[in-house]
Amino acid sequence: MVAHRFVSSLLEHAQDDGRPAPAVTVFGAEDRPAYDRVRLSSWFDDRDPAGLHLDPYPDGAVEVVAPATVASVDREAQTVTTADGAVRSYDTLVLATGSRPFVPPVEQHQAPGCFVYRTLDDVEAIAAYADGRATGVVVGGGLLGLEAAKALTSLGLQTSVVEFAPRLMPLQVDDGGAAALQARIAELGVNLLTGTRLDRVLVDDAGVACAVQAIRGEEAVTVEADIVVFAAGVRPEDSLARAAGLDVGERGGIVVDKLCRTSDERIYAIGECALAADGRVYGLVAPGYQMAEAAAAHIAAESEGRAFTGADTSTKLKLLGVEVASFGDAFGAAEGSMAATYSDSRRRVYRKLTIAPDGRLLGGILVGDAEDYGTLRALVGEQPPAAPEQLLLPAGAAGAVSIGPAGLPDAAVLCSCHNVTKGAICTAIHDLAEKSDAEVTPKQVGLCTKAGTGCGSCVTSIKSLIKSSGSGGSSGLCEHFTQSRSELYTIIRRDRITTFAELLAKHGAAAQAQGQRAVNDGCDICKPAVGSILASLGGLLAEAAGTGRKPHVLDGGQAALQDTNDHVLANLQRNGSYSVVPRIPGGEITPDKLIVIGEVARDFGLYTKITGGQRIDLFGAQMADLPKIWRRLVDAGFESGHAYGKALRTVKSCVGSTWCRYGVQDSVKMAIDLELRYRGLRAPHKIKMAVSGCARECAEAQSKDVGVIATERGWNLYVGGNGGARPRHADLLATDLDDDALIRTIDRFLALYIAEADRLERTATWVERYEGGLDRLRSVLIDDAEDRGADLEALIAAHIDAYTDEWRAVLDDPVKLARFATFVNAPDAPDPTVAFVPERGQIKPLLTLGRR
Amino acid sequence: METLDMPETSEITEALWTPVCKYTELEPGRGVAALVGGAPVALFRLGDGSLHAVGNLDPFSGASVISRGITGMRADGTATVASPMYKDVFDLATGVALDAPEVRLPVYAVRRHRGTVWVGPDVTSVSDKDAELLTMATSAV
Repeated sequence: MVAHRFVSSLLEHAQDDGRPAPAVTVFGAEDRPAYDRVRLSSWFDDRDPAGLHLDPYPDGAVEVVAPATVASVDREAQTVTTADGAVRSYDTLVLATGSRPFVPPVEQHQAPGCFVYRTLDDVEAIAAYADGRATGVVVGGGLLGLEAAKALTSLGLQTSVVEFAPRLMPLQVDDGGAAALQARIAELGVNLLTGTRLDRVLVDDAGVACAVQAIRGEEAVTVEADIVVFAAGVRPEDSLARAAGLDVGERGGIVVDKLCRTSDERIYAIGECALAADGRVYGLVAPGYQMAEAAAAHIAAESEGRAFTGADTSTKLKLLGVEVASFGDAFGAAEGSMAATYSDSRRRVYRKLTIAPDGRLLGGILVGDAEDYGTLRALVGEQPPAAPEQLLLPAGAAGAVSIGPAGLPDAAVLCSCHNVTKGAICTAIHDLAEKSDAEVTPKQVGLCTKAGTGCGSCVTSIKSLIKSSGSGGSSGLCEHFTQSRSELYTIIRRDRITTFAELLAKHGAAAQAQGQRAVNDGCDICKPAVGSILASLGGLLAEAAGTGRKPHVLDGGQAALQDTNDHVLANLQRNGSYSVVPRIPGGEITPDKLIVIGEVARDFGLYTKITGGQRIDLFGAQMADLPKIWRRLVDAGFESGHAYGKALRTVKSCVGSTWCRYGVQDSVKMAIDLELRYRGLRAPHKIKMAVSGCARECAEAQSKDVGVIATERGWNLYVGGNGGARPRHADLLATDLDDDALIRTIDRFLALYIAEADRLERTATWVERYEGGLDRLRSVLIDDAEDRGADLEALIAAHIDAYTDEWRAVLDDPVKLARFATFVNAPDAPDPTVAFVPERGQIKPLLTLGRR
Repeated sequence: METLDMPETSEITEALWTPVCKYTELEPGRGVAALVGGAPVALFRLGDGSLHAVGNLDPFSGASVISRGITGMRADGTATVASPMYKDVFDLATGVALDAPEVRLPVYAVRRHRGTVWVGPDVTSVSDKDAELLTMATSAV
């Protein structure tokens, strides 16, 4: 990566100066183009090495010789010789040999089953070897070790981490940070052995690794390990330089000056192999890039302007789903420094800032909540704009101050990999916005400035700057709310807000921007969205109010928030008439009830059609007739159904084990139970479900938001499926669940979707973009990794308690009933625009206008 | 003061104005339909108490549904209603469809008098501003 950066920079210098590019030859030991080693673990997501490749060099600009190991350097003759004997001469030689993994020299450390974690070859070999094996041990609990642990976990191995230091990530976090980190990681089922020294690898009769023995205090522990991954640090790869007689440090690393020249001025060394002018070896990519720039500037232009005198070792990363950041003087090593700490062991969040006696920010450690890392890091050396204790509080807590990157000075460096300032990023955003009307994306900003294209930790800050410049896709719901749907959900639930007016007055965009004209109404975007949230939370809010009243979507002011269909609890059709779809849970219906539906359709002259959701749809009802139709249905033991609205639609089923020769579970009963459980539950978008009684999948459950397929031992649960314009097969979330576990998991899934999805976002898209992917979703829903299971289940429980037949409730309430009059001053007059003509023995709308 | 191009006070008679319902029958933000001289009218009482009357026929679908739309307010204070059919948004003061200014709903004068809401003449032909002023002026009667 560092070499790639050096070559790119060298070519750019030549181009900028209008000179022909120098002839560059790159020797690489690996049989691959340059790739992004920082994101090595992401190979496990899609197993596509091409996804990690760095931009190829311009055609013909660079000769790449790979795989080829350089065996020796002859400084007199100015030549290098490769392992296969080829000789090349040089004017200038740049060593970017990186580092080699450190493997503790314990017994059997080279046994089959032992690996290191550094190259694509390594991860491919680990994945291939892990197939069919059950346990793994990672030696090393630092940054690399936790990456490796994540990889082994994703391969399905029961994973243990052995770390010599008393805590994880000893170089980046302190004891408090490590405690939060360890608690989170332990939740994921990773076995952590800190303060433990690896003693030996144990092998079986065939000589293959099967366990490790380690010493913890006085006691020896044995941990099963079909696979052992060494990730206990790296050492500079300086052997070529040593052999050539260049100066190297006592503890390794090629000695260089601030221009990255070695003791031979024709030879430079950059990246992890170099011992920089400040006496340190840097194992991070950002300092490596800075060295590459320093060397390129000096070689191309004899400029000393980019001299490398040391670098910030700040890091932010996501390890096993846990955000960890460490920046500046994280440990408060400077004399007289003080620290402010926020720790929440329940949420497993730890945040610490170190402060100089004069109040300047020195550094910090953030675990579990590092959203504002970019801003805080850029403030190092400055007087923060708010008291440290306010900056420490998690976003949303009372008294918390979020400064955000918009509050930073223009000179603040946001992208430390590429040394890009906030000012440069803002200029790029402004220029991009001028050029086109389309949204500005962080990717475009990256192409212009390189910001965010290194370690990626500043992308959040870039997004935030785009948002504050008004040039990007704001996550705000509409012009009335700057918050996303999910944020509004949190506010409404937290503050127990029960009306749209209260929400708009307290949290609306106009309420926040003082001096603006009072906007006292929302729009057709935010009102239905808030109406839906209020309905989703109706049960909980009613429970909190303690009045025992069952909430209703057409209660009071909520009635004015309901969109098209929810507005009158039926499906609006193109001529202004409505259709009614009686609920038939699971598609199971008695002949008598079927006859009632037929009679209702006949008596009200309705067009009748069987739906795809195993129901019967009755079309052509005038609004004023809806209550009369509902009355007939209610009297026959039906309720009208949610064939409309953003709510559970139907739970489709096959006939299941009761009748089918192949069925293994009673899919009809399960479908009925699910439909009755979740009916009326309002969500960001519609929810469809299905239950199949065996693996033949006749109910097509894998195309539903929630799909259940019977197995011999229980139920397999699929989520995030979709039909329609953008079909998507559902993802398998859990297997062989019993009835209780199935329902509990669906409860949590639906409640999480309601809490976190965007407005009009189906589960398919939401599952696809879920942070941490399906694995994370699974650990949240099934292992309760975020400790919100009870909270999520409470939402559904309250919904079930509060459920009423919405249509019957209208019949019982004169105020609601009055809304169904065709005309307020002529309640019984028919609507003259609703008319029908015959077609195939039924009616069809007589339209006055063509199709839109 | 600008001159209002509106009927002489003497012309505002029972014949021009139709009593439609009690003001308190109207729920803030939720419209009702009324028959006024044979024409379907959508009548709204907004959250700030103001009254608006526009044609109930959605010009984009031909269906009589505007009264079942969602009311709103733009940042510049424009009061709106969105048709439930294809979500076209109309300015309640002028009847103009915001995304298709050549399409407009008829606008009716509306007033509240002794607790009763009256819908008056079609004022669509009157200039936009006057329609608004007419509504305000007559509400005070």
